[in-house]
Amino acid sequence: MRTPLFALLAVIVAIVIFALMRLPNIEYLFVAGYTIVQYIVLSTAWNILGGYCGYVNFGSAAFFALGAYSTVALATFGNQVDDLVPESLAPYFHLIFPLPIPVLIVIGGIVSGIVGFGTGYLTLRLRGAFFAIATLALSVVLATLVVNWDFVGGSGGAYVVRPGEFPGLGSYLQYLFLLMLGLAVLSVVLARWIERSRLGYGFAAIRDDELAAEASGVPTLRLKLIATTLSGALMGMAGAPFPYYIGYLAPVSAFGLEYAVNSIAMPLIGGTTNWLGPVIGTILLGTLQQVTTVTISSAVNVLLVGVLLIAFVIIAPNGIVGLVQERLHARRRK
Amino acid sequence: MTGLLNVQDVSKRFGGFVALDGINLEVQAGERLGLIGPNGSGKSTLVNCICGTLQNELGSVHFDGHRMDGLAAHERTHRGLGRSFQLPRPFVSLSVADNLCIPMHYTVHTRSGPLHADHIEARCHELLQMVGLEQKATHLPRDLTQVEMRKLELARAMATEPKLLIADEAMAGLSHSEIEDILALLVRLNEGGITVILIEHIMSAVMSFSQRLAVLVSGKKIADGKPQDVVRDPDVVRAYLGQ
Repeated sequence: MRTPLFALLAVIVAIVIFALMRLPNIEYLFVAGYTIVQYIVLSTAWNILGGYCGYVNFGSAAFFALGAYSTVALATFGNQVDDLVPESLAPYFHLIFPLPIPVLIVIGGIVSGIVGFGTGYLTLRLRGAFFAIATLALSVVLATLVVNWDFVGGSGGAYVVRPGEFPGLGSYLQYLFLLMLGLAVLSVVLARWIERSRLGYGFAAIRDDELAAEASGVPTLRLKLIATTLSGALMGMAGAPFPYYIGYLAPVSAFGLEYAVNSIAMPLIGGTTNWLGPVIGTILLGTLQQVTTVTISSAVNVLLVGVLLIAFVIIAPNGIVGLVQERLHARRRK
Repeated sequence: MTGLLNVQDVSKRFGGFVALDGINLEVQAGERLGLIGPNGSGKSTLVNCICGTLQNELGSVHFDGHRMDGLAAHERTHRGLGRSFQLPRPFVSLSVADNLCIPMHYTVHTRSGPLHADHIEARCHELLQMVGLEQKATHLPRDLTQVEMRKLELARAMATEPKLLIADEAMAGLSHSEIEDILALLVRLNEGGITVILIEHIMSAVMSFSQRLAVLVSGKKIADGKPQDVVRDPDVVRAYLGQ
């Protein structure tokens, strides 16, 4: 299936999902749905670097938080325009601020993309566990910076007031959900396009054997930089609307371990070599987490991730998609 | 400098260990050169320095009239330096055919512009036919036998459409008939205009293939000339059999 047709189908599926979720008129569906769809973006973004190129990023939370804190910084700036800019310029700033969320998403993406590029340039000569540790360190360094940056609330966090309604849609939460759904469509279409493109071949070669990839003419460093930039940018885009969703953003929640762990666990459970893997993994794990949060406790989520990961490492080390592909491959060999 | 490949005074150290010590080597276009030497003599290090996997600290490598020093491995591949690895390094998650697509998507694409999918498919088929793997096109590398894996390694190097092919121990661990198979393939490639450097321990294969033989011992080139003369060289005999 060609990419434009796939994109059209994905948009139709998204519209249908949104329309169906509006039917029962239960606001909680959008609260839970937003988190799941947000993880589709995060896990797909993680998979571009982790699954396609084989570089395990433990710093997803850092890129996500960068997007979120870009929004907080711009929202705070918008609130304090009169104090921060000369009086003569203030009216112009009032025309622009507060920035619409789609613009904040783009800015969050650019900020995280730039940091992704920089991180990649500094760390991509590392491999395996060393690269993973470097990305984890990035998360810790950024969290420390944010904790000590009073403008965005420091360790105490910052409030971002969410408007009550969005014209034409009803609740503002539905608008946020719709935006995140759009981002999920964008990331899935992008991931699928990469997978089938020349870029995807290059990524797969890097994942399988970097020396052989170079010998085949693949510019490995350049491709890895493209992967870190795209992956980081998508994570930042997922984080940008988050302050409006949560209402109060503290470093503890923005740099939460669950973002790093889920971004890895979801693709691993679904399968890492295919765009569908992170989507299946997220729907499965994300839905289970939402159900357990409501029925038991949010703390059980971590246990759930651990148990599922162990189960999948034993039963299907290549994830659900990998398991199906193995079966098909075995059948073809017969 | 008239040769296709000119290696001048190339030296490489790993800490205190001198792996290559002032190597000079010239290879003419269309030549079949055999490169031999005991284990640890620096053959693979020399290949890695020529191909850009390692960078030489001293000396220079010129290929096809251009200086290669400082260029990354993929840039050297784009300029026509193809290699196969001592231990096959296939792209394990990709089918045999897709393994050959990678060099086409990157090296041939960079050299000659975007390739049409039909062209890639046809070239893949041609290469697989050349090495006798057309029946295994959709298989994963793990389904291949040792000799098939070696053939895939050579086919992937050939997919870069090289001017010079360096086959690093392409026959290690193969049976007599399999060695004949690979040798015939390398001769065919050479007759098609590709210069070949064969690194090999199997002397019968090296002797029947090479027009010229160079010998490395402890990072130094101790002999270079006609194969029959080189194997009678007292220094070469001493290096292989001891005093």
